[in-house]
Amino acid sequence: MRKLVQNAAFTVFWMAGLGAVLIMLSVVGYVVFKGFADITPEFFTTSPRGGLSGEGGIQSTIITTVYLVVLTLLVATPLGVGAGIYLVEYADQARSGFMKRITSAARFGVETLAGVPSIIFGLFGYALFVTALKLGFSLASAALAGSCLIIPVIIRTTEEALKAVPDSYREGSLALGASRWETIWKVILPSAFPGITTGIVLGAGRIVSETAIFFVTLGGSYRTPTSLLASGRSMALHVYYLAMETRAFDKAMATAAVLVVLVILMNLSINMISRRITRDTR
Amino acid sequence: MPHGRSTVKNRVENTMKTVLMISALSSVAIVFLIGFFTLKESIPAFRGIGPLNMLTEKVWRPGQDSYGILAMIAGSGLVTLGSVLIGVPLALGCAVFLAEVAPKWMAEIVRPSVELLAGIPSVVYGLFGMVVLVPLVRGIEVPGNTGFGLLSASVVLAVMILPTIASVAESALRSVPRSYYNGSLALGATRWETIWRVNIPAARSGILSAVVLGLGRALGETIAMIMVIGNSVIMPKALTGNPLSIFLSRARTLTGNIAVEISYATGVHESALFATGVVLFLLIMIVNTSARGLLKASIEGGRRK
Repeated sequence: MRKLVQNAAFTVFWMAGLGAVLIMLSVVGYVVFKGFADITPEFFTTSPRGGLSGEGGIQSTIITTVYLVVLTLLVATPLGVGAGIYLVEYADQARSGFMKRITSAARFGVETLAGVPSIIFGLFGYALFVTALKLGFSLASAALAGSCLIIPVIIRTTEEALKAVPDSYREGSLALGASRWETIWKVILPSAFPGITTGIVLGAGRIVSETAIFFVTLGGSYRTPTSLLASGRSMALHVYYLAMETRAFDKAMATAAVLVVLVILMNLSINMISRRITRDTR
Repeated sequence: MPHGRSTVKNRVENTMKTVLMISALSSVAIVFLIGFFTLKESIPAFRGIGPLNMLTEKVWRPGQDSYGILAMIAGSGLVTLGSVLIGVPLALGCAVFLAEVAPKWMAEIVRPSVELLAGIPSVVYGLFGMVVLVPLVRGIEVPGNTGFGLLSASVVLAVMILPTIASVAESALRSVPRSYYNGSLALGATRWETIWRVNIPAARSGILSAVVLGLGRALGETIAMIMVIGNSVIMPKALTGNPLSIFLSRARTLTGNIAVEISYATGVHESALFATGVVLFLLIMIVNTSARGLLKASIEGGRRK
């Protein structure tokens, strides 16, 4: 009888596990198969022409997505990696109350931002960058708002990567007479580099997938942006416009399929990097 | 000249330390700026309409200066409730499966699948919902049912919060010391009795915080909700005598309200949208703070034992 109850319970858990796999397969499978049925090489090399049937391809949206990712990373990487270094490498020598307060304030910031929904970043970006700084609906506004979203992501992964560097490296370098910054620059950062890279790829992935922030800061023009102050449309945003405004579901599905494949590739590369890290430290 | 060299070194050292400290402050600066700008922009609405009026008034009609957000609070609340009802059992089932039941090969299939679910962009979930789920829900024959509404949105949202809940709950279960499990088995309990009476109760607060974190995620989701929930500003109500048919009603979420109207709103209307943002932000802060509290309690509880 007790064995019977156990079998029944375990069957339920197997069903939950299989259910998750099934849901993943049906969402990814449906989008990829439906989407790629409509994809021709021209889809990647022509730009949307507007119009009600969503004619044209997605070239300009790919270019906009690349611009957006590059710009966001240019802002977020130095700040995020810098903050991570400070929190791991300098926080322990925080003897003065001032430095302790900075560290705990930074931690509070990272924790709070992790829970802030993206539309709030969008609303803030709209108020500060689009309106107050008069950048308008543009690449610049979108990239700045997007950086706010991924800075905490990069800080967290940088912290983890730095913590994984053995203390003996630090002690050895300091004992040889190197200063703290020399130690960080020449010893710690090179060995934490792969881990920091995962954070940057993770951030790039968030920008590629993000829609809400760019919906209220990027404007949505389907032309290729020619300046930082030009409006644009990332691939994710293009999916939204095609589905909600143009009602061109086939094109939307095709764009979504490209997006999903891109996200899967990014996930795989992150897994590969982290696997290499665990192998090396072993 | 060793003396000169060390001065340069010191200068580099101090400069770098300051630069890094400033970047460390970026996260707090962002929190501060978000708080400042959202609050500042919402003041005209709160002044003109009154916070209590906004929260208790059902009608949102910017053209006629009615700015009640109760309908959106109800929409967000109901869709979150729906997603929790559907998503939590599945997510917790996954967590227990991954932590306690699954053989290694199976866990290596399930875990990446759940991770991938977390990586799929919300606009793709929204599109999937529009193309696949909405027509299915439309098949339920109830007058007034368009397929767009709380039920479709709850199902989409349930899948979207599954990875968060499953991974946090799984690590809570894994942090229960193995000795509990072994002790219980040694006393003659079956594996299932051990999981049910020992491991799950020991991981209780961690599991609860996983659910609360999922709740925070659900409240904040925007794009997928706009795409499937219908966006009508009405108090959701049952379409038939059956109270459950309320889930077939169209609705609008707080997040959707902001996203749909912000780009063309001006004046008090714009300010009222920022006020919507403040309400959303406060709701989520309350939810997340309690989740963090629970998580801390579970870690400390684990240490005490």
